Amino acid sequence: MYAKWWYAAALAAAIVPAQAQDAELSKLREALRQLQQQVQELEKRVQEAEAKSAKPQEAAPAPPAQPGRPGGSSAFNPDISLILQGTAARSSLDPNTYQITGFAPSGGEVNPAPRSLNLGESELLITGNVDPYFRGQLAAALTPDHEIEVEEAFFQSLALGGGFTLKGGRFLSGIGYQNEIHQHAWDFQDAPLAYKAFLGGRLNDDGVQLRWLAPTELFVELGAELARGRSFPATDNNKNGANAWSVFGHVGGDVGESVAWRGGLSYLGASPQDRAFTDLGVAQSFSGDSRLWIADFVLKWAPQGNASATNFKLQGEYFRREESGALTFDTSSGDYSSRQSGWYLQAAYQFMPRWRVGYRYDRLDHGTVTNGLGLTAQDAPLLFTDYNPTRSTAMLDWSLTEFSRLRVQYAVDRSRADLTDNQLLLQYILSLGAHGAHKF
Amino acid sequence: MKIIAAIILMLSAPPAALAALNIFASTPEWGALAKELGGDKVNVYVASTALQDPHRIEARPSLIARARSADLMVSTGAQLEIGWLPLVQQQSGNTKIQSGQPGYFEAASVVPLIEKPSSVDRSLGDVHPDGNPHIHLDPHNVERVAAALAARMAQLDPAQAGHYQQKSNAFLERWREATGRWEKQAAPLKGMPLVVYHRDMSYLNNWLGMRAVGALEPKPGLPPSTAHLAQLLDQLARTPAVAVVRAAYNDPRPAEWLGERARIPLVVLPYTVGGTEQAKDLFSLYDDTLARLLAIAK
Repeated sequence: MYAKWWYAAALAAAIVPAQAQDAELSKLREALRQLQQQVQELEKRVQEAEAKSAKPQEAAPAPPAQPGRPGGSSAFNPDISLILQGTAARSSLDPNTYQITGFAPSGGEVNPAPRSLNLGESELLITGNVDPYFRGQLAAALTPDHEIEVEEAFFQSLALGGGFTLKGGRFLSGIGYQNEIHQHAWDFQDAPLAYKAFLGGRLNDDGVQLRWLAPTELFVELGAELARGRSFPATDNNKNGANAWSVFGHVGGDVGESVAWRGGLSYLGASPQDRAFTDLGVAQSFSGDSRLWIADFVLKWAPQGNASATNFKLQGEYFRREESGALTFDTSSGDYSSRQSGWYLQAAYQFMPRWRVGYRYDRLDHGTVTNGLGLTAQDAPLLFTDYNPTRSTAMLDWSLTEFSRLRVQYAVDRSRADLTDNQLLLQYILSLGAHGAHKF
Repeated sequence: MKIIAAIILMLSAPPAALAALNIFASTPEWGALAKELGGDKVNVYVASTALQDPHRIEARPSLIARARSADLMVSTGAQLEIGWLPLVQQQSGNTKIQSGQPGYFEAASVVPLIEKPSSVDRSLGDVHPDGNPHIHLDPHNVERVAAALAARMAQLDPAQAGHYQQKSNAFLERWREATGRWEKQAAPLKGMPLVVYHRDMSYLNNWLGMRAVGALEPKPGLPPSTAHLAQLLDQLARTPAVAVVRAAYNDPRPAEWLGERARIPLVVLPYTVGGTEQAKDLFSLYDDTLARLLAIAK
């Protein structure tokens, strides 16, 4: 911009000879002064423009008030989110021959991750308010083998009041702690052994649930469920009335600002009929009563309650099951009863933003199993054993954001009598769409 | 069963609590405002502290238990609490505080939001589609919310409507007076270039004419990365900032790292009530925020 100054000065010098008349001189002086003024003005404008462009966008004038949400028919669309996941896994034993020694197969999705590269279940979650009285939710799993599995499809009351909430349809049961947590939010890729052995991985029956929350500062919640019994440990008995029922209670609160906890007790009762499986090629089935108790607790710590940088979570559950009735072995039938238990304890620690490490220990106790058929381990090695399955699992996960997580997990799995399965897997979990809220 | 009933009775809130309006505030600023407007006619429970990231509170059992007995839930809205408050509502079994009911109040619904993204995509980070929800650091917004909240309290507790009206008038008078004072005090801050942590200071910057020339978060909601910090340092060498500013709840390390290397002071602002020892209520929150900023303005 100074070029103009020089130009003006040079021009003035060139055209102002010494013998120039006074009048001409003053005219020229005036012209020069005007030029100088114009240059100054230009400079000022340039400076202003520069200052404006240097300001970040935040400083732009505020847009007009816009309370409320965008209009149009899509405004009523429910929240949709999609979970994509997959694994790359290797294991020293064949995942397809997986069984838990001492425990009747549950028929659920309990096998370890398949070998090699695998697409996991893609989970579609759709949720929204139906009207002022109900909200609805669908969780559909698109399995890698082209099936759509309805994991959850339920309504939940919004307007019962008095601390009551009614749920109906298919939903993750409120028993235990981990059962109600969606698989993509677990701290490990797979379920604890106790969940695999006693609930087939998880319980999501068709039924109704009533919960009541006490009007107290301490969190006290009681709940009861009636269900069709479509999955283990129950069977669908094709009869009027419920085939499975459960009650549960949870208590929870804070200790100071840094610690939050919840503990609970649950009971699940069922009357399975002809709950069938095969062992060594022999068809067996159980009919009778199944009673399961679960004690659960979870404790979360974060410095001053701020979990962004570091946090810690400790979680454990104890399962105890009694079954009594009749066992059909091939063509003969006789009394059968069992008392078995299992537990796990796991911890996950976020030691810096994005990074977590975790460890889980699983153990099942074969307990006492008696039968009136005189069967021994030689006839039915799966049911009659003195082996106690255990598993140790370690994991490290890296969450780039709240919406993407990569995990490496290593497990030494001794579910099968006298066999050790070393399992290594890599997993990704991505979540798209509406911002999901995670249960405590 | 008898034991359970006895425990429930023992733990029940004292009968005195029944008379007053029970307010569940999601964040400290709205808790403080509710106390200003309600005085002794309200019981206020604040679900989070100034040292917690309001985006990342967990729907803890204690919050659900407190929401159960609330007559009024005061939240910020604009998706600030989307990761936890909907769960608290759903699990509370409390009809009054469900969305759409008079007992559910969103502060952002009465305030013009800034930084409304023109496109909403998670590749841009954890953006808030409705606009920036950190509205309480502009006193004019607090004024708008106060008027609307007082009206809501009067609607829910008509017997005390006069009380709320009176409290709200007194508060607003003091608040406007203080706002004038703050605006005068803050004159030297105009045009001051700052590096912020998250976009939670935007309303404050807008109000006082300060400029955010950079943010420690590479994108909203993403933790600061070394690569981004290095880039920021490089940028500061060309266009300097006066200070690095972070909220009390932000991770101190990235801000300290940048402050040291760029040789500019680090200012920790309370962000909300309770964020510093001095920020005891809404008035002292602003007093302290300005004092800390004026200390570095030259």
